[in-house]
Amino acid sequence: MPNMAPKKVPMPEQEPDVRNHNFEEVAQGYTEKMAVEEATRCLNCKNKPCVSGCPVNVRIPEFIAKVAEGNFAEAYKIVTSTNALPAICGRVCPQENQCEGKCVRGIKGEPVAIGRLERFVADWYMANCTEKAKRPQSNGHKVAIIGAGPAGLSCAGSLAQKGFEVTIFEAFHTAGGVLVYGIPEFRLPKEKVVAKEIEKLKELGVNIMTDMVMGKVLSIDELFDEMGFEAVFVGTGAGLPNFMKIPGEDLLGVYSANEYLTRINLMKAYQEGYDTPISHCDDIAVVGGGNVAMDAARCAKRMGAKNVYIVYRRSMDELPARAEEVHHAMEEGIEFRLLTNPVQILGDENGVVRAIECVKMELGEPDASGRRRPVPVEGSNFEIPVESVIMSIGTSPNPLIRSTTPGLEANRHGCLVADDHAATTREGVFAGGDAVTGAATVILAMGAGKTAAESIEQYILSKQN
Amino acid sequence: MFQIVKKEQLNSAVTRMEVEAPFIAKKAKAGQFIIFRIDSHGERVPLTIADTDAQRGTVTIIFQAVGRSTKMLAQMNEGDFLADFVGPLGKATELEGYKRACVIGGGVGNAIAYPSAKALYNMDCEVDVIAGFRSKDIVILEDDFKKVCNHLYITTDDGTYGEKGFVTNKLQELIDAGNQYDLVIAIGPIPMMKFVSKVTEPYGIKTLVSLNPIMIDGTGMCGGCRVSVGGEIKFACVDGPDFDGHLVDYDELMKRNTFYKEQERHDAEHCRLLNQTV
Ligand SMILES: Cc1cc2nc3c(=O)[nH]c(=O)nc-3n(C[C@H](O)[C@H](O)[C@H](O)COP(=O)(O)OP(=O)(O)OC[C@H]3O[C@@H](n4cnc5c(N)ncnc54)[C@H](O)[C@@H]3O)c2cc1C
Ligand SMILES: Cc1cc2nc3c(=O)[nH]c(=O)nc-3n(C[C@H](O)[C@H](O)[C@H](O)COP(=O)(O)OP(=O)(O)OC[C@H]3O[C@@H](n4cnc5c(N)ncnc54)[C@H](O)[C@@H]3O)c2cc1C
Ligand code: SF4
Ligand code: SF4
Ligand code: FES
Repeated sequence: MPNMAPKKVPMPEQEPDVRNHNFEEVAQGYTEKMAVEEATRCLNCKNKPCVSGCPVNVRIPEFIAKVAEGNFAEAYKIVTSTNALPAICGRVCPQENQCEGKCVRGIKGEPVAIGRLERFVADWYMANCTEKAKRPQSNGHKVAIIGAGPAGLSCAGSLAQKGFEVTIFEAFHTAGGVLVYGIPEFRLPKEKVVAKEIEKLKELGVNIMTDMVMGKVLSIDELFDEMGFEAVFVGTGAGLPNFMKIPGEDLLGVYSANEYLTRINLMKAYQEGYDTPISHCDDIAVVGGGNVAMDAARCAKRMGAKNVYIVYRRSMDELPARAEEVHHAMEEGIEFRLLTNPVQILGDENGVVRAIECVKMELGEPDASGRRRPVPVEGSNFEIPVESVIMSIGTSPNPLIRSTTPGLEANRHGCLVADDHAATTREGVFAGGDAVTGAATVILAMGAGKTAAESIEQYILSKQN
Repeated sequence: MFQIVKKEQLNSAVTRMEVEAPFIAKKAKAGQFIIFRIDSHGERVPLTIADTDAQRGTVTIIFQAVGRSTKMLAQMNEGDFLADFVGPLGKATELEGYKRACVIGGGVGNAIAYPSAKALYNMDCEVDVIAGFRSKDIVILEDDFKKVCNHLYITTDDGTYGEKGFVTNKLQELIDAGNQYDLVIAIGPIPMMKFVSKVTEPYGIKTLVSLNPIMIDGTGMCGGCRVSVGGEIKFACVDGPDFDGHLVDYDELMKRNTFYKEQERHDAEHCRLLNQTV
């Protein structure tokens, strides 16, 4: 008899007023008992609607059944048969739009907590099983991967498992992409989770070369012609920050979310003993409504800001961030200024931000995206006094690779052109993740990396015959 | 890890180092830079590539110890390793097709100007160098410059060495004497670049300056290195670091670069390597 409780087993969390002063993980994870209890809520549906909502088709009812039996090791095997980074996806997937969005239990109550269970299984395995991954026999074929974000890591993992000799070239000093420089520690622990997943890839024989800005230090042509790589995967993400092009964006105290988050997450500006400086202030506005904006706002609060405002031009319903992040941000005291759009940033006599001038918006007719278009309300301008403004209005792909690789085409947004099999317009070059789609999600990037790995295998093996 | 293979003190505050980085050594061109990080807790600091030796796989940097990271770097010795050394970053300076150039350096900016002078000279351009310093005891690179230019003019603010005066005075003098430059490169403190650009503007001489805003990644992903050039926002690490000297908003750059001064001053007082106040 399944557990018919309408609600998910609650996630143990740090109290809002405690956690908004530290960088420890907010959600602390299920205990074994909680996991088993939650797992019994799954109806083991024959047609598996949840699986169709997952971009990498995690065998959800099967792994959950093992959790319910208390066989966590077996559950882990099932999850990792299609998802190489479950500890990460369980934490950051927008489950409400994916697996859990399709769960039948969600019709009359809350869906099964698939993400939390996936995380539990992965964390349990890391804590209890220390056996090293076996390094497969090499097949002698060399593949280069550019970018160590989720797309590149998953492509590398899939290929290494099949015996390919994989080298990842990463521009930053640490592998992980957005997982290390963007998503904050309190949502995704770096040492405990990300570094461990990367360690597993190394055990499989993946060679990671950091400090390599490809396109500058080596070109794709050199990888093929001089270094003997037979295929290249480009997973360079979409890391270029957009600005609004409004007056005052050049003032001191205006950051891109990328800069702000990089200083804090990658460069650890929040920790004693690190050299990276960051500005501390009482009042901060974060412009935008996505995951990135929520992360920047919650970091600002943890850095000691008293008033943190999310300034977003549409309404609550259109906020693109994960539901859980919005909920957590509100609990932590972030103030939402919705239907509000900045028109300029105002500075003091030293060129330092003193306020952000906004205009009220109202929702008009639906636009191309199907969301109601916000239109400014004439004469409703007002100022919010702040000392810092963080621009979090989206990013686009970095042109470094495409501008240095003949034959590699991009669309007008700068995204690399790739077909369903991740093949680009240049033979032997494959691409996936944000570099192709524009800013999207971790799991889509991982899925693309996996698809590319299959295509690369076929490409190299077919060339041989 | 990147090993320091040679270290030389050029004056009391300026050090020259050769670092083993074969990939960069093979690729670097004049005007490009690297970013180093001392260790796992360090910040990312940009320095210009002063020279390279592709055969030996080494990259030369010349830096002034001004704050925490550069002071720590100056404490390191031959045989020590840097955690990170990334490059070559930024665009190479466009030096093709000039016949007569004047390369001007101010202080440690001379180290940044040197590779451009060398590259121009090797492309059969006639090169004059004006190397400006505050005073005799901080003059650097005199012998190096002599090998890569047609005329070397050294100026000191206090007249203790070379000619007394600012580089701008010397430049004006050379222009007045009929030298027809088709390119001026000015690298040094922000006010110096600003005033050199003012001197060349009326003559319409193409003037390149090398901007040094605060940087993090150096690949265009943070926007921290924003500068205003001709009314547009540019990212110095990917669009530069060289820009048209007549279009740069120098006052804004000056403000940006002092943003972390308070925090850096506090940090600089404590050296992590020596674990003592310096
Ligand atoms: C703050 C923030 C929060 C987010 N929150 C979520 C979330 O909760 N859930 C979710 O699903 N998604 C979230 N996302 C989106 C998600 O992180 C991305 O969609 C995903 O990381 C894309 O993966 P990727 O591998 O394509 O690119 P990235 O993760 O961007 O990795 C690209 C890597 O390539 C490297 N690189 C770039 N150029 C070069 C070069 N020339 N040479 C060498 N290396 C290069 C970069 O340094 C980087 O390491 C968030 C994004 C941000 C910024
Ligand atoms: C592209 C580029 C190339 C450079 N090339 C060289 C070089 O070849 N040799 C060299 O000696 N220096 C060079 N610089 C400047 C060098 O990066 C700074 O001196 C260094 O960042 C100071 O770091 P620090 O931790 O030692 O000092 P900090 O403690 O960070 O700063 C000390 C003082 O310097 C100011 N400062 C910080 N960063 C910069 C900066 N980027 N430019 C100017 N002032 C700054 C601070 O506000 C403070 O007043 C270059 C800078 C750039 C952007
Ligand atoms: S990978 Fe993401 S979408 Fe798929 S089951 Fe796990 S949490 Fe759900
Ligand atoms: S839809 Fe929900 S209840 Fe049904 S199998 Fe999937 S997780 Fe279990
Ligand atoms: S240093 Fe980050 S964009 Fe230039």
